[in-house]
Amino acid sequence: MAEKVLMKGNEAIAEGAIAAGCQCFFGYPITPQNEVPEHMSKRMIELGRVFLQAESEVAAINMVYGAAGAGARVMTSSSSPGISLKQEGISYIATAELPAVIVNVQRGGPGLGGLCPSQSDYFQATKGGGHGDYHLIVLAPSSVQELYDMVGDAFDLADKYRNPAMLLTDAVIGQMMEPVELKERKVPNVDKSWATTGHQGKRKHNIVNSLGLAWDELAEMNKRLYDKYETIKANEVRIEEQNVNDADLVVIAYGSSSRVAKSAIALARANGVKVGLLRPITLWPFPSKRVAELAARGKKFLVVEMSFGQMYEDVRLAVDGKAPVDLLYKLNGTVPSVEEVQQRIESLK
Amino acid sequence: MFKKPEALTDVPFHYCPGCTHGIIHRLVAEVLDELNVTGRAIGVAPVGCAVLAYKYFSCDMQEAAHGRAPAVATAIKRSVPGSVVFTYQGDGDLASIGAAEIVHAAARGEKITVIFINNAIYGMTGGQMAPTSLIGQKTTTSPFGRDPELTGYPIRISEMLATLTGAKYVVRTSVHNPVNVNKTKEAIRKAFECQLNGIGFSLVEVVSSCPTNWGMTPMEALKHVENKMIPYYPLGVYRSPEEDAKK
Repeated sequence: MAEKVLMKGNEAIAEGAIAAGCQCFFGYPITPQNEVPEHMSKRMIELGRVFLQAESEVAAINMVYGAAGAGARVMTSSSSPGISLKQEGISYIATAELPAVIVNVQRGGPGLGGLCPSQSDYFQATKGGGHGDYHLIVLAPSSVQELYDMVGDAFDLADKYRNPAMLLTDAVIGQMMEPVELKERKVPNVDKSWATTGHQGKRKHNIVNSLGLAWDELAEMNKRLYDKYETIKANEVRIEEQNVNDADLVVIAYGSSSRVAKSAIALARANGVKVGLLRPITLWPFPSKRVAELAARGKKFLVVEMSFGQMYEDVRLAVDGKAPVDLLYKLNGTVPSVEEVQQRIESLK
Repeated sequence: MFKKPEALTDVPFHYCPGCTHGIIHRLVAEVLDELNVTGRAIGVAPVGCAVLAYKYFSCDMQEAAHGRAPAVATAIKRSVPGSVVFTYQGDGDLASIGAAEIVHAAARGEKITVIFINNAIYGMTGGQMAPTSLIGQKTTTSPFGRDPELTGYPIRISEMLATLTGAKYVVRTSVHNPVNVNKTKEAIRKAFECQLNGIGFSLVEVVSSCPTNWGMTPMEALKHVENKMIPYYPLGVYRSPEEDAKK
């Protein structure tokens, strides 16, 4: 078994990226993810890889674009307001069909907000965020081990589909310490013959671009994206389920909320309530089919999230009016307690 | 025999009659070929009239977001060993939205070469005021003429960047007549050599014309460069390794 170390979430993100063969990291300071660039600033230099603290989150995402276009495995990290700054760059990366990993350690918002955890960037992550018809592949870890593992998954998915992938976590998981098994990861060999590495006179020149001025040029670009997203939706949904099959009520929660929900569900089960958990691991593609299946089987749903109710809308869409969907929302600046989730579960039975 | 440089493709330029982009594209391409680096070169195109530069140069090219080319170039240079990386940017791209990126790339001493086309206006979008537009200049967003009380004074990029230690070769040239076209080519060559010798950041600011949006004929526009632009933007070398060595 690989070495097991007690580690902070943000450090696990950095180590996970390194294990996954991250070649370039561009970041900027913002609480609560500063340990990511700090850890990378030491480790990447030690390993002879590329680290740069950019002048802004805007510059950082454009550095990601440049390195990704040149064929490197590249990552940036930030937190909510900084992710807002990156939206233009993300739109360009998706349109140019470049692989890249963007980490959002969510904090309270909106605006300058606060330093508490939140899940109020769900819309930003899954419904675009930047302009145009594109999607990020969004992974939502719920433990420090998952942070370590899913960074690598994000890199692999990004390369598989030539699309940016986001690791969406929050201040709690980023700052908490848990034991992490530092598994070695096989870095896949990916064909990057399209990258701008200099043609050396041996091939046609490569162009990394997101402009399509001729209407058919743009339509073609969009068709490629559309087809890609249909493929990802069909093949890459990831879920964790607990005690769903005999449940009358299914709690749907991700990230930190899912940890609170698990505890509340255990207590409710002990009180005889038939309740289970569906934890989306991919927020995009969302497990709509599975939710629809469960709705068709007569289950009710309770969404628990640290926002006004954003994932709630995707659950409503998936359920398509065929089942009741309740929402336990938490305003930014507050986190759900096990008691209140248990109380809500038991009130809905 | 006069022929097209290898570093240019066969795609016809879309530029206006009298636009100096055509000349400068050619000079960059000739220098890349003469230094034998076209195969290692990766260029970063701006948003502006030269947005389609990725179609005109035959080296690998990336199209950047508006103003971000120096950040894109930074990453390419640092992640592709042996690459020769250049950006090609207008004054809106570099001096307005891209002001942070150019300053920091220069401050970090990124070993890239920036070709900065200063024609004191936003060309592609139809003639709006730029940070480098002259006092009194009428543009579509300064219809009464640029008023310093309202919009301050034009920015002298070369002088400003030359104060940064990492900016090793900073020069301002023009292309308003053959003598200065040749000087521009020399400056571009020295700028790429600064990169090839691993010395540091290099920038060539080329005072250029935009007859269409200045509302002038091509010849009047070149005269405007000579008589009005150059007095405000003096030509010359603002930083060079040779001068630094003397200090």
